[in-house]
Amino acid sequence: MTHLDLLTFARGSALNWALIIFVIGIVLRLFEIFGLSRKADLATPRTHSPGSGWRTMLARSIPPPGMLKRDPVTYIGGYVFHLGLLFAIFFFAPHIEFFRSMTGLHWPNLPTALVDASVVAAMVALGMLLAHRLNNPVKRMLSGFGDYLAWTVTLLPLLTGYMAYHHLLFEYTLMLSLHLFSVELLLVVLPFSKLFHTFSVFISRWYNGDIFGRKGVAS
Amino acid sequence: MSATLAKGINSFKEVIDAPIASFFSSCVHCGLCAEACLFYTETGDAEYTPIHKLEPLRRVWQQEYTLLGKLGKMLGLSKPVTDAELAAWEPLVYDSCTLCGRCAMVCPVGNDMTYMIRKMREGMAASGHAPEDLVGATMRSITIGSPMGIKWPAVLAQIKHVQAETGITVPVDSPGAEYLVLMSSMEIINFPEYLSALSRIFKQAGVTWTLAQDAFEATNSGIQIGASDLAREIVSRIVVAAERLQVKCVISPECGHAFTALRWEGPNLMGRPFGFEVKHILEVLDELHAAGKIKTKGQDARPLTYHDPCQIARRGGVVEQPRRLLNAVAVDFREMPDAGVMNWCCGGGGGVSANSRAEPLRLEVFKHKKAQIEAVEVQTLITACANCRIVMEEGLEHYHMKVEVVGLTELVAQYLVEDKTT
Amino acid sequence: MKITQKAEIIPGTVGEGLAQRGVTRREFLQYCSTLAALLALPPAMAGAMAEAISKARRQSVIWLSFQECTGCTESITRSHSPTLENLIFDLISLDYHHTLQAASGEAAEQARMQAMKDNDGKYLLIVDGSIPLGNPGYSCIAGISNLDMLVETAKGAAAIVAVGTCAAFGGLPMADPNPTGAVSVGDIIKDKPIINVPGCPPIPVVMTGVLAHFLTFGGLPEMDALGRPKSFYGETIHDRCYRRPFYDQGKFAQSFDDEAARKGWCLFKLGCKGPVTYNACATTKWNDGTSFPIQSGHGCIGCSEPNFWDAGSFYQALSMPVTATPSMLAGAAAVGAAAGVAITWHNRSTKAAAKAVHEKVTVQDLTREVK
Repeated sequence: MTHLDLLTFARGSALNWALIIFVIGIVLRLFEIFGLSRKADLATPRTHSPGSGWRTMLARSIPPPGMLKRDPVTYIGGYVFHLGLLFAIFFFAPHIEFFRSMTGLHWPNLPTALVDASVVAAMVALGMLLAHRLNNPVKRMLSGFGDYLAWTVTLLPLLTGYMAYHHLLFEYTLMLSLHLFSVELLLVVLPFSKLFHTFSVFISRWYNGDIFGRKGVAS
Repeated sequence: MSATLAKGINSFKEVIDAPIASFFSSCVHCGLCAEACLFYTETGDAEYTPIHKLEPLRRVWQQEYTLLGKLGKMLGLSKPVTDAELAAWEPLVYDSCTLCGRCAMVCPVGNDMTYMIRKMREGMAASGHAPEDLVGATMRSITIGSPMGIKWPAVLAQIKHVQAETGITVPVDSPGAEYLVLMSSMEIINFPEYLSALSRIFKQAGVTWTLAQDAFEATNSGIQIGASDLAREIVSRIVVAAERLQVKCVISPECGHAFTALRWEGPNLMGRPFGFEVKHILEVLDELHAAGKIKTKGQDARPLTYHDPCQIARRGGVVEQPRRLLNAVAVDFREMPDAGVMNWCCGGGGGVSANSRAEPLRLEVFKHKKAQIEAVEVQTLITACANCRIVMEEGLEHYHMKVEVVGLTELVAQYLVEDKTT
Repeated sequence: MKITQKAEIIPGTVGEGLAQRGVTRREFLQYCSTLAALLALPPAMAGAMAEAISKARRQSVIWLSFQECTGCTESITRSHSPTLENLIFDLISLDYHHTLQAASGEAAEQARMQAMKDNDGKYLLIVDGSIPLGNPGYSCIAGISNLDMLVETAKGAAAIVAVGTCAAFGGLPMADPNPTGAVSVGDIIKDKPIINVPGCPPIPVVMTGVLAHFLTFGGLPEMDALGRPKSFYGETIHDRCYRRPFYDQGKFAQSFDDEAARKGWCLFKLGCKGPVTYNACATTKWNDGTSFPIQSGHGCIGCSEPNFWDAGSFYQALSMPVTATPSMLAGAAAVGAAAGVAITWHNRSTKAAAKAVHEKVTVQDLTREVK
């Protein structure tokens, strides 16, 4: 099997299966959550603010007063990582082509050098966050296999993508295949791990906003 | 009939719903909830991380309600939640969580840990892992009618005392009154000034009100211990009395969890919306004040600050009312850092103050409130929850601080323009 | 660089042939310098190379064409002006090439047998086209199957040059579902040095470069894992492409006739496979250095890579899935929903069962029985 064959497999069957498992997993997990449903709240809400859930969905991206100071590494590292990852996934021209082929949607891309920088930033942030996880007593106590697995499968696509672009370690075709395989690993792991927060964060934030909103508190 | 592990696990399965599933799905173990929790910030003990307190509940969710968990369970790979674990978790769930909800305000993925702890306590109680003192308080609430074992004659004695002091008749079981007034045991025992203040205010406002002989107690140990069946029984006494007396509104006293129990949990416990309104006394006072029905004269010159009871502010939405009232009667009202919905708990909510085992921890974490009070340099601390009040008084005493704690209703009554004609 | 001013012309050598054709020493040296550069040899080697080639005897070459389209031969022979590449071909002794040779029938095969006999162990075997392992009748010459002819001819060869992607990797005949059972030369011959010169067709100068190398050093140049001379196939088209800066700036043509395409922006989105194609097109170019596919506005199709024919559409960007489709995702979502309904049903049964066994908690239930 030559490197191009490997790449074709990575772009072909492997990707198909990864995508299939990913989509099945996401839909299944959403059913898993919503299927448990919740009882209607019979208490009269203080304010009729149907938007409170949506508000919190966005507002919770901002650190509440005083929190940034309490744990700057988590906040700053978290921002840099998430934004870097977001830029890399959604604003690198080849990636946009992928989304276009799957959804028909496309949008302007960023210069490759900028994407490259954001990948480096995201990787540095991931490193920082790992160090923090290992050093902070709370994080260390909370963390288990799932956390380190999530960290690893998130780093790999960034790292392999970076290495492919910069022609490091292996020749480009092989490295590109490895990049795709790492993305496929991520796709398979995501629905069934902590990484599912990519989707569930909007649900949990909505519920939080709704629960508080009914009591007249903007959370 | 007794508590068993099976009943506890069964309760866990019953309470897990979509929000809880989404919360556990979203948690990335960032640990920020710890930074919002009094028990962690003051002790540095990672065990007190809010989400960690929910670990047994999370495991049941994972094993019972997720595909991978089900598979793991089928293959015998998962570790079932044991009695020993629940016993180990008891101090985390009861002693070091006041249900203050601060963590729920900061969690980046929006997890409401308080919502979950409240539900988790159902299983803890059902499995016999609730603190002895809370069991006792609940027992007394159910059998005697009040967690502190107070019966109507004690209230009656206070009524007589208030009537003698103010010359105002305290109406009891008077049908058709606008307001049904409730009290907390703490007020009946420790703070008789509440009833006297209320009598004077309502007289001046010209509103009709009543106490109910069979429903004077507002507190609800059932929700603190986490036994909805019992909480329902306790809250139903109020509902029945309110409906019998056909009041328009039930006033929750200066007590945090009583407000939550009646205002937010009540209709859900009863399984039907109420035909009357439920308001916290501060809401009523603010409304009457705004409507010009209560007038105050003069202002307190002392520098003072206001402690937001968690269940009233963050979990109750009563934030602006106390400030409007305070600004009416005080010249030098100073806000503590993080005031309002981001306030720090007194350390004794959610049943912690009723739990003698938790006392050393509660006093230790009071350091935060101490620092907050010191930051605003006041000797007068106003609040609107009898439980916060007693917890803070104990804390202040423990740290040898000369700070007086006053109920807001009482403060308002002090500056009331009284019509002495009747 | 030191070369003998008065080159001695030895009869029967390449040097003699060059002299007869009026190629000056200077011109030949210049050509050798170019070749040396292409082969990534130090410039000083040009002189030695010129010397070696001049003195080399005309190399006997047998060229076998199997399942092919003659594109490789066309590419190499059809130059617009007579070039030194052509000369090299003139200067070798092309003893058998069934498209170019004058002889036919028995005489042609006789020529092959003769060359094999006269130059046993020394002749160079060039193959274009793949070999069908299915029915031998799919492709045979003079009643001899391609397989038999290859095996027979390879026996006495000093080395084999697999010209074109068909001979090197199987090529289009091998494309899924490979009806003839086509394989590459390397799949059959294991005991001879084989150098692959893939491309559909390969660049002429790559061919001559390899020949020159063979004539100079009597052996094959350094090769990559796929048996391709590293000097020509060491870098991707993308890395040497003059449009590369546009890729880095994120400037792409969206269609073949949009403004961006006219401006010469990167063709990645139009399916260019330059990033994963190792070849020299972007540097040597074609037709006497005139242009190459990307320069004329079409993406690289990756023709010098094995299995490029089965690596997805030429017009799909490299980052696009080969076969995944939105409807596949929709199908997966439907399966997920079905599984979701099943798990929801199971979850609700679990919860309902828990509710069913719930006994109303009384105060007595808050404590454990004393054991």
